Amino acid sequence: MCRFIDWAAACAAMMLVFAADAAPRFPGVGRPATPAEIQAWDIDVRPDFKGLPAGSGSVAQGQKIWDEKCASCHGTFGESNEVFTPLVGGTTAEDVKAGRVKALVTGDVARTTLMKVSTLSTLWDYIHRAMPWNAPKSLPVDEVYAVLAYLLNLGDILPADFVLSDRNIAEAQQRLPNRNGMTRDHGLWDINGKPDVANTACMKDCPVEAGVASELPDHAQGSHGNLAEQQRTVGAVRKAAVADDGPPALARRNACLSCHAIDKKLVGPAFRDVAAKYKGQAGMEAKLVEKLRHGGSGAWGPVPMPANPGLPEKDARVLVQWVLSGGL
Amino acid sequence: MSVCGRLKRAPEHFLDSKQIADVQAGRRDFLRGALAAAVAGVAAPAIAADGAGDPAILELPEHTRGLGQPVVARAYGQPSQFERNLQRRESPGLTRVGQSSVSFAPLQGLFGIITPNALHFERHHQGWWDIDPSRHRLMVMGMVKDAKVYTMEDLMRLPAVSRMHFIECGANTGMEWGNVAVPTVQYTHGMLSCCEFTGVKLSTLLDDCGFDRKKGKFVLAEGADGSSLTRTIAMERALDDVMVAWAMNGEMLRPENGYPLRLVAPGLQGVSWVKWLRRIEVGDQPWATKDEAIHYVDLMPDGTHRQYTSIQECKSVITSPSGGQHLLDNGFYNVTGLAWSGRGRIRRVDVSTDGGRNWRTARLEGSPQPKCLTRFNIDWVWDGSPAVLQSRAIDETGYVQPKINQLRAVRGKRSIYHNNAIQSWKVAQSGEVSNVQVY
Repeated sequence: MCRFIDWAAACAAMMLVFAADAAPRFPGVGRPATPAEIQAWDIDVRPDFKGLPAGSGSVAQGQKIWDEKCASCHGTFGESNEVFTPLVGGTTAEDVKAGRVKALVTGDVARTTLMKVSTLSTLWDYIHRAMPWNAPKSLPVDEVYAVLAYLLNLGDILPADFVLSDRNIAEAQQRLPNRNGMTRDHGLWDINGKPDVANTACMKDCPVEAGVASELPDHAQGSHGNLAEQQRTVGAVRKAAVADDGPPALARRNACLSCHAIDKKLVGPAFRDVAAKYKGQAGMEAKLVEKLRHGGSGAWGPVPMPANPGLPEKDARVLVQWVLSGGL
Repeated sequence: MSVCGRLKRAPEHFLDSKQIADVQAGRRDFLRGALAAAVAGVAAPAIAADGAGDPAILELPEHTRGLGQPVVARAYGQPSQFERNLQRRESPGLTRVGQSSVSFAPLQGLFGIITPNALHFERHHQGWWDIDPSRHRLMVMGMVKDAKVYTMEDLMRLPAVSRMHFIECGANTGMEWGNVAVPTVQYTHGMLSCCEFTGVKLSTLLDDCGFDRKKGKFVLAEGADGSSLTRTIAMERALDDVMVAWAMNGEMLRPENGYPLRLVAPGLQGVSWVKWLRRIEVGDQPWATKDEAIHYVDLMPDGTHRQYTSIQECKSVITSPSGGQHLLDNGFYNVTGLAWSGRGRIRRVDVSTDGGRNWRTARLEGSPQPKCLTRFNIDWVWDGSPAVLQSRAIDETGYVQPKINQLRAVRGKRSIYHNNAIQSWKVAQSGEVSNVQVY
């Protein structure tokens, strides 16, 4: 038996539910999504493989698609660093066993995709949604399996006769070299997370290590173009005073100063020594211009002067005159 | 010294270091010659030789004596022809494909806290599109009672909000983890912008679809571009202040910034602000998408990667004077910069001119908004001796912006992401300002 008060409360609750159903907050705004629409767009695949469509593809099939649609950017072996960072490399049979990529600890190689990825679903999902680069979403499901199988084969993670499918992808996951390499134990996911470091707001006579720990190296001075042209022409502080077209800037821009210094020998001879040796010699300017542009060896020891095919002759002439003038 | 005061209008980029030294020593006569030699049209004329005064005053210019342009000469306005130097720029060598690249905002020349729409930084993953808004749809589905489709007309009928927020790429300042690598604030900090965004709160849409409040712990946001970029957002963030926005700074979004619809995820790194937003899915687990499982993961010294590092911690930078600029003369300067925190409001900014030994508290402009840029200013009289300028922000949680060596002690040098260290600018005796690390 229900007491009256319980009945009244239940009735009120039911009325609220009905009221919510009967009067949506935004009548006339939006409409139900159809099952076909949801299917067309719901393409994500999660680490637990929820969302993964059934299908399969072999390493051999994958190689064919790879050579046709993937190799031009990623290289025949997924190793290319030309267009994107390399996909393959840096993992070992030991890593496959351990689930941790050792080279990430030592840090002595550039990171590849197979060194980083810890969830196979990520690769399946991404190839399916965004590859090939210029025709995303054009690979049928079976081809996605095949390309992924071939990629994992290139990384010595799957054998050459493997056929990857929705039924065995969880096994392949267990061979990913970095499957145990991710952590969420940090303070940057939750807004109330604990920061890594706690600086103090010292105001007076604060402890500071002496000197400048790092500054832009000479060879990088011209790497971002003429900085003067990247500043407003009026205002409190102004353009850098360094002219961009003078010989020192030219030398920096063309990375001359990576190997040469003005007054001391680095990899190549000091400019001052070059000037002392050749100054006033007939025809030497033309010879050195030739050498700057096409390279040379023998005059200053075993390290050859590399060719600089991109260096215009007029710039080479300016540089040579500058070095020979001794007006350093 | 000239009777007409400071010759700050001199085109000092035509001066060599000796001439600058002359200026600083008070020897300015030669400037007339330097100016006469200047070929560029931007230079203001010199003081008349007879000392009567500035020709900019004495000789009335054409714009004072003639008839100007009519209205609508430019139906959609453009900046002055003299502002061409301030542009978005790529950092040479950083990326090799323009469709998957980044352009940096010219912070060195911006004022206040708003980034002009045309100078907002760009980051695309597979190229940008100018999408017809009449054909754009947003679908909300997954763990919801009613999966729904919204047109732009639908969304723009809903209760709208306008809020100012910063957006910063997680890789901003990422080139400087190991050492100084780039010359100016445009390249060190330019993956940062701030706009007033207008849109509907994501919580409004989630409520409208009846999302599963008990089991729905995460939201997936997906773009309509070729990359269909996806990111997982924690439900707590989604229900707090995340917006589905169609406008920035009073006009519709720019195509490069997601026209006609993007996610605005205040305090979270830029990659979570999915552009050309087409779908929101509610789920009970994170998705480990490419841009949260392979990229945007922070490499730690022990070889593990941190995943879902999303919050942009408190940070600041002096934008003027900054690297690549030049102080021509001793004397007064307004040192100015930007501060921000993904955890809330900026409480305070301190500035040092001696490389971090002594600090003074800067003035904050206006009342700081949560997860929004805050502009700071402080007076400085430069005595002409070498200086190192630094700024240090403190947010409302009490967190103090760290030094790079403090961050490195925990995170090493290989992380790429989330470098919120104190920035140092060295002012040389010549007045040249350059990027250095001092701690």
